[in-house]
Amino acid sequence: MIEVRGLTKRYGDKVAVNDLSFSIEPGTVTGFLGPNGAGKTTTMRCILGLDYPTAGTVTIGGKRYQDLAYPMREVGALLDPKAVHGGRSAYNHLLCLAQTNGLPKKRVDAALELVGLSEVARKRSKGFSLGMSQRLGIAGTLLGDPRVLMFDEPVNGLDPEGILWIRNLMKALAAEGRTIFVSSHLMSEMENTADHLIVVGKGRLIADCTMKDFIARSSGSSVRVQTTAPDELVLAIAAEGGTATAGADGTLTVQGMPAQKVGDIAFDKGIRLHELTTVRASLEEAFMELTADAVEYRAEVRAAVPTAGIGV
Amino acid sequence: MTTTTAPSGSSGVLLEKLPPAAGKAGLAGVIRSEWTKLRSVRSTYWTLIALVVVGIGLGALICFATENHATHLGHGEVLGFDATSRSLTAFVELGQLVMMVLGAMVITAEYSTGMIRTSLTTMPRRGTVFAAKGLVFAGAALVVSVVTAFIAFFLGQAILHSTGDSATLSDPNVLRAIIGTALYVTMIGVMSFAFGAIIRHTAGTIATMVGVLFILPLIVEVLPSDWTNDINKWIPSSAGGQLIATIPGSSDPTLFSAWPQFGVTIAYTAVLLIIGAVLFRKRDA
Repeated sequence: MIEVRGLTKRYGDKVAVNDLSFSIEPGTVTGFLGPNGAGKTTTMRCILGLDYPTAGTVTIGGKRYQDLAYPMREVGALLDPKAVHGGRSAYNHLLCLAQTNGLPKKRVDAALELVGLSEVARKRSKGFSLGMSQRLGIAGTLLGDPRVLMFDEPVNGLDPEGILWIRNLMKALAAEGRTIFVSSHLMSEMENTADHLIVVGKGRLIADCTMKDFIARSSGSSVRVQTTAPDELVLAIAAEGGTATAGADGTLTVQGMPAQKVGDIAFDKGIRLHELTTVRASLEEAFMELTADAVEYRAEVRAAVPTAGIGV
Repeated sequence: MTTTTAPSGSSGVLLEKLPPAAGKAGLAGVIRSEWTKLRSVRSTYWTLIALVVVGIGLGALICFATENHATHLGHGEVLGFDATSRSLTAFVELGQLVMMVLGAMVITAEYSTGMIRTSLTTMPRRGTVFAAKGLVFAGAALVVSVVTAFIAFFLGQAILHSTGDSATLSDPNVLRAIIGTALYVTMIGVMSFAFGAIIRHTAGTIATMVGVLFILPLIVEVLPSDWTNDINKWIPSSAGGQLIATIPGSSDPTLFSAWPQFGVTIAYTAVLLIIGAVLFRKRDA
């Protein structure tokens, strides 16, 4: 549906997106992940024809965005909820958008109703909170009943209620069979909503795979073991094809076999276990690992970045 | 998670399907949209009210002053003043200042608010957006200008009636002066709109226009007089004075006559519009 081929975007001598290629399949929720400054917004701007690529092409259903007959019927995009004229009322804002694509006025009322802004429809959007602006922006994306929805960091700065609302809305939209392309630097958000992931760092593609594969591709799950005979167990596990490494606190981290197998080995060898826990790699860790070299603005003193296998 | 059921609350009731549409989103829809944009912000009304106040109110004040002066001197001693010009001078000189603010804001406000990104996402054919914006602004500006110019003229003449020098629509050049000034003020607004598309910044655009309309003539004025005469006819603001002059003595003989002089203003505006349109299409939004 959305095809990005060899997309490169340079601002002056700074390369924001570097030879990026991916495609977004219809009917999926695709998460677009990357640290801040990885080129996510730039990529979205290029898809929407707001920025012109330095090289490469972007097509939507085989067409350039500029050539779509009714852009709002194909793609509903929200990059920046504050990108509205604050002096205009919510109703008039949506009306002027609807009119460009010949959409009926009653559509505006329906969209306002849907996002819960009917009561403030005649109020100028200048006074809206971020959450209300977000709702107004989303109302705008839904006016044209588009097959594709694009959201850039939709939960950024929202309160928990707003986050829940957006999350539920995205799920509902996906359930209707719409294609959703949503960017975030918050992994936890993706873990709950996305089927597919496109991960970028420093403007380059790092991963393009299903959520499952992405988590598996990282160090993956491991098993944490506490035992009274660590050396013996390490050897026994190695003999069965796994690897066990001793941690600072005396626990062992076992990779390459499930907890059940570790337990069986210990039982066979008569080794006493005090703990046997499966540690599932979270998306967060997988992401940290993959993008470790691709973080553009790194703090001088790095906060304790959890290494794979110790998380919960 | 595509199989999750719709959540509860208002977001659960999603919008109904739209019937399919034939053809392509084009100029007509964008013109309607731009009209909605123009009429739905307060700054439009404030600037148009300012235009009317300046054009009609200040115009009337100038005519009162003239009438008062003439009455004190007695008839015959201020013979030959251009009554049409008196009634329209405030509209031309200050009305253009107001109109250029509105012309600039129509496009620069899109950039200062970020609205341009939303506008161009819903309608990515930028040439169409630029044309619709320009047409809607120019149309609205022209209507308000024509109405203001006529009212300023009639009110001014009513005030000047006692001097015996007041003009009527059927006098030579009067209709040209009224329509011409309305067109000139509109054209200055369009020029400002074009600068706005190039500069994309409200204050920068207005500063540039003030430079072109008010500072440039002053600079030309202090040049050696034969230079002044040569250059003056090629600056965009010279048309205003020529257009409002209806009797031989009140126009500037070193300039072109009214319409050709206005042609100079149009030519500059056209060039700036082309540059503005090209940049509007080519630059990242």
